[in-house]
Amino acid sequence: MTQTPAPDTPIPPARDLPEMDSAAPDGGFGALVRGVLSSWPSRISALVLGAIILMAVLAPFLGTTDPVAINPALRLQGSGPEHWLGTDSFGRDVYSRIVYGARISLAVGAGTVLVSLLFGVFFGVITGYFKWADIIVMRFMDGLMAIPGILLAIALVAISGATLTTVLIAISVPEIPRIARMVRSVILGVKNEPYVEAASVLGTGVWKMVWRHMLPNTVAPLLVQGTYIFASAIMTESILSFLGAGIPPETPSWGNMMADGRTFFLLKPELILYPGAMVSLTVLSVNMLGDVLRDRLDPRMAKRL
Amino acid sequence: MLGFVVKRVLSAVPVLFMVAIIVFMVLRLSPGDPAVMIGGPNATPDQLAALRESMGLNKPLLEQLFIWLGAIAQGDFGVSLVSGKPVAALVMDRFGPTLALSLSTVVLAVAVAIPLGVIAAWQQGKWLDRLVMTGSVLGFSVPVFIIGYVLILIFARTLGWFPVQGYKPLSAGFHDFAIRLVLPSVTLSFPYIALIARIVRTNVIEVMNEDYIRTARAKGMTEGGVLMHHALGNAAVPIVTIIGVSIAMLIGGVVVTESVFNIPGLGRLVLEAVLARDYTVIQTVILLFSTIYVFINLGVDLLYGLLDPRIRY
Repeated sequence: MTQTPAPDTPIPPARDLPEMDSAAPDGGFGALVRGVLSSWPSRISALVLGAIILMAVLAPFLGTTDPVAINPALRLQGSGPEHWLGTDSFGRDVYSRIVYGARISLAVGAGTVLVSLLFGVFFGVITGYFKWADIIVMRFMDGLMAIPGILLAIALVAISGATLTTVLIAISVPEIPRIARMVRSVILGVKNEPYVEAASVLGTGVWKMVWRHMLPNTVAPLLVQGTYIFASAIMTESILSFLGAGIPPETPSWGNMMADGRTFFLLKPELILYPGAMVSLTVLSVNMLGDVLRDRLDPRMAKRL
Repeated sequence: MLGFVVKRVLSAVPVLFMVAIIVFMVLRLSPGDPAVMIGGPNATPDQLAALRESMGLNKPLLEQLFIWLGAIAQGDFGVSLVSGKPVAALVMDRFGPTLALSLSTVVLAVAVAIPLGVIAAWQQGKWLDRLVMTGSVLGFSVPVFIIGYVLILIFARTLGWFPVQGYKPLSAGFHDFAIRLVLPSVTLSFPYIALIARIVRTNVIEVMNEDYIRTARAKGMTEGGVLMHHALGNAAVPIVTIIGVSIAMLIGGVVVTESVFNIPGLGRLVLEAVLARDYTVIQTVILLFSTIYVFINLGVDLLYGLLDPRIRY
């Protein structure tokens, strides 16, 4: 058996000019992170977001008690050594609920991004690549886009029952058409590029073509859209819960805390304001990072907004 | 031009048709039996069957869809499954407050956002610009109901300038009507102002680099004149577009704001209907909001020709 062993390291491509080595672009993920973190507002945003993520991960170790333990004898207490941020109308510890609430909000944000990107990219590719699908699916997407997202989400949750899964789906559905449209327009745009035609002439199959030659073009805009969807999902979850059409009321989420606090708002406004501040802080830092990311990755979009 | 208008109006029909199908599907394909809702937990199987029969719920789904679409086309929106009143009458009752709130919000938002955006563009990169831009990111990062509650806390509870909650129709006198609308409109306009100001700023900055701006300055036009006349005028199309597109955001905000300020409008109606699973009311209100949204954007499309004489149809 004679086999020529493959070289351990790939042979570096020969460069025509010596300068080209140093002129190689500072590419890759590390460069993007460095670029995004080059200004103070985005550094602070990243710090805040990092702290919130850490809080969610380390929730049980941050001096919290059971976030759902009810103690009617200690309802509506002020801040004290026992309960750092007081208790709510059921005597539950507000601090613990805030800390555990970060888990729900971040999970909803990440889940929504995942679900809407998955379906959005799928429909975008289908409609961008196949003409027959374009006509049917895009009409459907147009209809979906004409329905105000929050109304659709409220209706979906209220009718199919309030669970974390239905809330996730309800928040994701209105986002799908926007992603699909964007992916579709990118695919349509690169369809006539020489490299796609070349690949096509070489007999590249449909899925390899989409995966290798077309989808890489969508990564940058999807990353930007993803951050905005993450932020708006957290916001929408809190609105749905606030309106009573969100995840089950006993779950310690920021939205549910605000919904519970409504009745006692004039008496104890901090029951709404603490979780409200957390939602705002999270959404704000994600939005700030999204703006910087957009300026870095997509100059054309940056010009528009 | 007329041909274009007709074509655009006709293009809205399939979209609305699709909206109707989606709303119908969402409501009918999800678990939960309206007959059980109406009959209550004590209804016998016979009673439920009779209810389904009378409501047409045991016909094939496609037939139900076409019966419903046919009825809508004739202006028949059915009766509320909960109160038994005609849906059209319920919607009409609640339309006034929502219209008043939405209109005052749009007017307020545009009146505040355009000057803010122009100032930010003019002061690009300076502290005033930074302030406006930071405020704008903040504006759509804080949930609308938090803004509402903070405003209630400051201006109604502490300062006592406005009533805490409630709504009075215009027929009850202008003062009573207007004073109850101030806080809700300000609340609802926050994210809207943030969005519009951003768009105004970007587009004015873009226009400011054009040759005709330099010409206008060179001929001795004041900076204010350049900004208001040349820059804003030429940035009008994208600005009007975003005002139209974000009506969807406004509608979402209406539901929340009406809930915070206890305003008996369409937002509250749809929320009550959703919590009671009143299908006929839900589908009608969603359809109505979507129709309004589609037609506002249609109007925006048609406005382009007026705003920018270069656009010819």
